[in-house]
Amino acid sequence: MSTPVVHSDRRSHWGWLQRLWSLSTGRFGLIVVLVVALTALISRFWTPFEPRQVDLATRWALPGWPHLLGTDGTGRDILSLLMAGSRTTVLVAVGAGVIATIIGVALAALGALTARWLRESVAVFVDILIAFPVLIIAMMISSVWGGSLAVVIWSVGIGFGVNIARVTRPELRRVLHSDFVLAGRASGLSPLQNLARHLLPNVAPVFIVQLSWGMAVAVLAEAGLSYLGFGAPVTEPSWGLLLAELQQYITVYPLSVLWPGLAITFTVLGLNLLGDAMREATDPTLSRGRDPLHRPRGAIRHVPEVVA
Amino acid sequence: MTRYTLTRLALLLLGLLVSSVLIFLTLRVLPGDIAQLIAGTNSTPEQVEAIRERLGLNQPLPVQYLDWIAGVFRGDLGSSLLTGSSVTSELAEKAQVTVPLGIMSLTIALLFSLPFGVISAMRRGHGGGTALSVGAQALAAVPVVWAGMMLVVVFAVWLGWLPAQGFPRAGWNDPAAAFRSLLRPALTIGIVEGAMLMRFVRSATMQAVGQDYVRTAAAKGLTRNAALIRHGLPNVGLSVVTVLGLQVAGIIVGAVVIEQLFSLPGIGRMLVDDVSARDLPKVQGELLVLTGFVLVIGFVVDLVHRIIDPRQREAT
Repeated sequence: MSTPVVHSDRRSHWGWLQRLWSLSTGRFGLIVVLVVALTALISRFWTPFEPRQVDLATRWALPGWPHLLGTDGTGRDILSLLMAGSRTTVLVAVGAGVIATIIGVALAALGALTARWLRESVAVFVDILIAFPVLIIAMMISSVWGGSLAVVIWSVGIGFGVNIARVTRPELRRVLHSDFVLAGRASGLSPLQNLARHLLPNVAPVFIVQLSWGMAVAVLAEAGLSYLGFGAPVTEPSWGLLLAELQQYITVYPLSVLWPGLAITFTVLGLNLLGDAMREATDPTLSRGRDPLHRPRGAIRHVPEVVA
Repeated sequence: MTRYTLTRLALLLLGLLVSSVLIFLTLRVLPGDIAQLIAGTNSTPEQVEAIRERLGLNQPLPVQYLDWIAGVFRGDLGSSLLTGSSVTSELAEKAQVTVPLGIMSLTIALLFSLPFGVISAMRRGHGGGTALSVGAQALAAVPVVWAGMMLVVVFAVWLGWLPAQGFPRAGWNDPAAAFRSLLRPALTIGIVEGAMLMRFVRSATMQAVGQDYVRTAAAKGLTRNAALIRHGLPNVGLSVVTVLGLQVAGIIVGAVVIEQLFSLPGIGRMLVDDVSARDLPKVQGELLVLTGFVLVIGFVVDLVHRIIDPRQREAT
């Protein structure tokens, strides 16, 4: 009896990834995330130029050879700066993602599954915390300890963890009232078994999507906070810092501002689309073929009158 | 409804209380010796003591908190450490920039996200719908600073339109100039926030398409689009109302960054300056006002949602 269960589990796992890859958004998201992660890894060992090396002779070089994306006002190679900056981006996204997951799951479970007084208090607490936007949390912490990447990671982690909890909690409550959870309870599953078998798989899409979007927010927040001077220290390579630095020359050298902005946009877009695609791949009610009023493209036009 | 309103009001007050305590504790307790922090590392003990005296830091914490809150109820948010100026009057002055900026941003965001979001969902799988949704996805991923920079490049450099930076000295006494100087910052925030809202509208519309009531309406003879517009869109509208609170928070965040970029003398820029200068009493007042504002918006949004959604009314 247990063998077919394991088998079907594995198949659904595989099918989930396959569906993700079969969606153009999922492919794009996966590729972008992989490229950024690889770039961060490679830049630890190799960049075309030393990112911090100042060379006044080649300042404001236009894109070309050997500076593929040109240089900035002190002759630093922009491509190398971007590659090195991706490390900061990955660090912040992963760090904030981990913290947000822990906080989000804990708060959502506390807010949905516990005794009434406790879950209502948690929900109220979450609703209050959500009034603090990530940037505000970061600035609150920065005004005390000064800005740093750790502040960015913690504030995005806290801010988005609360966000995840807020979105996941009603889902948990909704699923909790579903017939299949009731059936599970009726057939003798303990609350924890029910949680693992019916509740979490049903809220996982919502959660994963939120997490992917949360990491996108982390990338944006790092850029924004570094731009404001509360993020990466000036000695660290960061896309947001680069934007701030190039801003004053924007009317003279508009092209140079293009690159860090594009790097941020593509990373965020990749994470957003990955989230969307995971949502589409895991949530059957969203998949394209299930739109009851929308005939899937390439569907059989002449449906046989009797379907066997 | 009265009962709900009262409960929700109690929650709002609780929220204000909790957030004020959180802000107070973060800024007063966590730094350790705030007086030492303010005085700097080269200060004498006498200087530190004088600062402590001036801020009332030698009193117990609950007294300090109550002092602060009592001041807030009198409309006194404290005064700057560095200049001694009143935080309340400065906030009121800066709000003349930030509030119109926020309203303009939200209007722009709603104006383009609602129609485009619905269209992109209804035309899903067709050229136009795909293009709209790809465009929204790309725009929602753009950092708001960079969007502003690109607008500077496009408008000021290439087209030679509009002043690149700043707010007219005369303020709203020169409405045309003031409006013009806010237009591009508002466009920046509005486009980026609107793109995020549009993604939300699109997915809410797509969800509505899959609902039984739309299928039933279609089965009763409505076309797919008519069924969606008659029965799906009210539901989409409801979900949009629920995220408006978050949108307002997003616009505040956008304003913090964009006011910096466009050198607008608003609340966001004031906050950035004060955080950089570690003017903690000012930061404390500004944070309370901002979070209080977001909480009040959330309260209003919930009430409105309750009033316009019949299911919510029955679910008491």
